[in-house]
Amino acid sequence: MNIVTQHIEPTEKDILYVSGVSVSFDGFKALNSLSLIVKEGEMRAIIGPNGAGKTTMMDVITGKVKPDTGDVLFKGSIDLTHHDEADIANLGIGRKFQKPTVIESLTVFENLELALAGPKGVFNSLFHRLSGLQRDTIHKTLETIALTEKVNELAGALSHGQKQWLEIGMLMIQEPDLLLVDEPAAGMTDHETEVTAELLKSITGQHSVVVVEHDMDFIKALESPVTVLHEGSVLAEGSLDAVQNNEKVIEVYLGR
Amino acid sequence: MTSIPKGPMLKFLTEDAGGKRLLIALAVLTVAVPFFNLAVPESSAFHVSTYTVALLGKYLCYGLLALAVDLIWGYCGILSLGHGAFFALGGYAMGMYLMRQIGDRGVYGNPLLPDFMVFLNWTELPWYWYGFDSFLFAMVMVALVPGLLAFLFGYLAFRSRVTGVYLSIITQALTYALMLAFFQNDMGFGGNNGLTDFKDILGFSLQEDSTKVALFAASGVVLILSYILCRYIVASKYGRILVAVRDAESRTRFMGYRVEHYKLFVFMLSAVLAGIAGALYVPQVGIINPGEFAPLYSIEIIIWVAVGGRGFLYGAVIGALVVNYAKTYFTAAFPEIWLFMLGGLFVLTTLFLPRGIVGLASDIKEKMLAKKVQKQADVKDEPVDTLPKASTEV
Repeated sequence: MNIVTQHIEPTEKDILYVSGVSVSFDGFKALNSLSLIVKEGEMRAIIGPNGAGKTTMMDVITGKVKPDTGDVLFKGSIDLTHHDEADIANLGIGRKFQKPTVIESLTVFENLELALAGPKGVFNSLFHRLSGLQRDTIHKTLETIALTEKVNELAGALSHGQKQWLEIGMLMIQEPDLLLVDEPAAGMTDHETEVTAELLKSITGQHSVVVVEHDMDFIKALESPVTVLHEGSVLAEGSLDAVQNNEKVIEVYLGR
Repeated sequence: MTSIPKGPMLKFLTEDAGGKRLLIALAVLTVAVPFFNLAVPESSAFHVSTYTVALLGKYLCYGLLALAVDLIWGYCGILSLGHGAFFALGGYAMGMYLMRQIGDRGVYGNPLLPDFMVFLNWTELPWYWYGFDSFLFAMVMVALVPGLLAFLFGYLAFRSRVTGVYLSIITQALTYALMLAFFQNDMGFGGNNGLTDFKDILGFSLQEDSTKVALFAASGVVLILSYILCRYIVASKYGRILVAVRDAESRTRFMGYRVEHYKLFVFMLSAVLAGIAGALYVPQVGIINPGEFAPLYSIEIIIWVAVGGRGFLYGAVIGALVVNYAKTYFTAAFPEIWLFMLGGLFVLTTLFLPRGIVGLASDIKEKMLAKKVQKQADVKDEPVDTLPKASTEV
């Protein structure tokens, strides 16, 4: 669990390889030579104070923001900086937003239908009919996210926690190899937080998962290695205990 | 409701209750109006005057235009304040055909050149007028010219991710620029007089009642077919993706959809429908001039859709019919206050009827239904205690 440097070469086993990435907005360095490796099937929690660059990092990985310098490689060889959001989604990276973002005026079922893996072209969608297999997949996902009873309700009518789950469900049904999950537990009750942690743990292994979170109890429940970001670069990496006892981390969180 | 077996192929129509009613009404209108004009003698109280036929035909063209705008604004959130441009371009394409049909019957009697070209001392037909003596060619242009402009404009705007109010302003600039261009005599489209003095279409005189009735019926049929097409689109997965783009554009991108392609396709389709509306409009009103490009007209279309009910295809059509009927009435009765009324209508709709007339109607229906249920519940209130209390926990 060392902090990666430029010298480490990416391998096939690295689902995500971020090296020396810098992004600045109007002179403000949101990311400052950030380097990070996520292995296949791994779950990684990312914490850091506000403005540490967590969301910008997600923006860079998903193609929303182009880095000024640095490499972002997916599965060891695909250069993500050359692709846009739709491409990257189809390559196998799913993203959950910080604020739960579902299509409010469509039903829960329709939200999952749109997220379903498959061809995403205009003409395909004009003549698309759901197959029985696809229906089964949607119903299975509904069970996993405990929204079976809400299947025909408008997504806008769901509670905050249910929207978060629906969005996680939309991510899962997209069948990505890498899931980027931004603050999944925000605004959830303790019980919902627990269930969410279990849900994310259950999908790790087949998928790699990167979770950005503030809630320490939630991070603890994930039982995954933790990366601490600060001012756009990696401050520390390791188990939650190790990180919490790291002097630099304590200073950043409490020292100011 | 169970008499006719309904295959899944037509589900998109049968599930659309308001749309079904509109289609039936339009079909009845398309058949009845010609009948009461042609078959019922003028002396009868049931006779529909030719003036009314032409007026209704004009409304139907506006209905089609509103449908085109609702498709992009109501379902995809693209607020075009320049859709009048596509309408006018379709109208000009039709107008050019009608000009060529005049032949040597113009004031100057030139067999090749329209009057305004003779007046400008032009000696030959500009190249872009070639082919317009053919009806088929002109009809292709009616769809192609607006479609191509929408493609160029949409390709640049959507690729650069111009959205919201910025996009609206550019569409407004587009129609304004076209208006200025078409005002130029050198453009070869008749300058500020536009194209007029049409004689006949496909060999039928435009002055004949039967031709006017046929144009009205054609407008009705085209509106019905266009409605069915739009309804198919919004009921398909493509339509749900449009709604997704409207509600959460980045989420849609991260689901793997190339949003700019989705926007471009629907924008082009909408422009083509607007062009067809313009082409049907011009022979019925007998003139097309650059005034049709005026930004004000494009804004009026938005008001029709908002008043009728944005996001309901049938609402847009109803809005266009209602507002234009009101316009015909009030501009004759109280010409000086019409614009204030139109503005006031828009403000009131925005403030109190966010879903327009159609939304209001469905709200009232729901309330009445709720009252009915309440009443039935009140009647049944007493014996309820004796019934077993099952299934309330579900």
